[in-house]
Amino acid sequence: MFGNLDFDVIRRSLPYLFLDGMSFTLMLTGLSALGGLVFGTLIALMRLSSYKLLGRIAGLYVDFMRSLPLVLVIFWFYFLVPYIGQWLTGASRPIRVGAFTSSLVTFIMFEAAYFSEIMRAGIQSISRGQPAAASALGLTYAQSMRYIVLPQAFRNMLPVLLTQTIVLFQDTSLVYVLSIPDFLGAASKVAQRDGRLVEMYLFAAAVYFVISCLASWGVRRLQARIAIVR
Amino acid sequence: MNYNWNWHIFFEPNPTGAGTYLDLLVSGLWLTIKTALLAWIIALIFGTIIGILRSLPSKAASWISFCYVEFFRNMPLLVQLFLWFFVLPELLPRTAGLWLKQLPNAPFWTAAIGVGLFMSARVAVQLAAGIASLPRGQKQAATALGLTTTQGYRYVLLPMAFRIIMPPLTSEFLNTVKNTSVAITIGLIELTGQARAMQEFSFQVFEAFTAATIMYLAINIIVVTGMRFLERSLAIPGYITGK
Repeated sequence: MFGNLDFDVIRRSLPYLFLDGMSFTLMLTGLSALGGLVFGTLIALMRLSSYKLLGRIAGLYVDFMRSLPLVLVIFWFYFLVPYIGQWLTGASRPIRVGAFTSSLVTFIMFEAAYFSEIMRAGIQSISRGQPAAASALGLTYAQSMRYIVLPQAFRNMLPVLLTQTIVLFQDTSLVYVLSIPDFLGAASKVAQRDGRLVEMYLFAAAVYFVISCLASWGVRRLQARIAIVR
Repeated sequence: MNYNWNWHIFFEPNPTGAGTYLDLLVSGLWLTIKTALLAWIIALIFGTIIGILRSLPSKAASWISFCYVEFFRNMPLLVQLFLWFFVLPELLPRTAGLWLKQLPNAPFWTAAIGVGLFMSARVAVQLAAGIASLPRGQKQAATALGLTTTQGYRYVLLPMAFRIIMPPLTSEFLNTVKNTSVAITIGLIELTGQARAMQEFSFQVFEAFTAATIMYLAINIIVVTGMRFLERSLAIPGYITGK
């Protein structure tokens, strides 16, 4: 069964797989998670604001993003980002955007919808007395969010946010549809060049599996620790 | 924006020679629905089995279900589809592998089974949570009435648990619909694939993607509305959602 397999191809392509592929994947995951968290928190604040219109707009955005498949959103932004860039910079023609920038914008906008739901739950889990006490102390809305509500919401939701980041880490593999060399894309390039699909895809699967397993084990431990503090 | 909008493109003949571009997209929509439904049936069957195993007191059963769930949850769906599509036929004995490779509609079956198994791990977790949320008395009452474990699950625990987890199952079904689009990578030309094909043939990128977007939104609205009615009629009296 494994007789005519050549696992040496993995060893030969290790530097390319990890230095190029995995670093792209991890960079994309990290920056998207950060950007998604920032935008997601803003969207959550909009949804919970007392201005009904803001809440409606944010709600529509979240529902819209969550009902589309990520693959379609990746295609959308791939074609849309050059035009957005043209509009922002006032250039005369659609600007050229690199693969990394394009996928980064996609994942930030897409994940913001998911992170915002988590942050909304986190903010709603803070008892009403806290912002009330903050405003009694004379803190403005911005101050009470900045110093009282958001730090606690973030801490309570940390395990869920990290779990979502693991999902995001797996989802970044979908940039494959744009032929971008992330980790899976790099593995697939080597696989097709050398005709070693079985070896490379098994290896890619194993790497994703080990990283995700370790990460979710870490999240479970963190959750247990946080649970004791509360 | 110097982009030439042309909304009439949908009624122009497509290059395959059969019908208009709109027909192309609608055929993609049907393939998405067909794949998603088959995947959902698979997800429900395997998810139920694994979910029950997860809720049993036996150590071995919970270990099996733990491994199953971790296996399918810790790999990207795309990688799983590649494993089923490219790797599995090579690892099987020669004749079986050849038969698999020559299967007509291979992308369709691979997508339905791959997405189905991927989603089954999620269904299992939801079902186990649903069973765990039932008061302990339910299981004890079933035993006291003389029901065997199988009968207890069949007549008491599962009907209750499934009705409780209806809302999360709705969103898992919608995830199944969305996840079928990943099968574009193994050559399944479903809705997203057809939109992409239309973009390549006609260069009307944004019209094609807008149409696909509207179709996905329509699926969402129909499923959510339908499930809301179903949830209301199946709600358990006495629970918060019940009458």
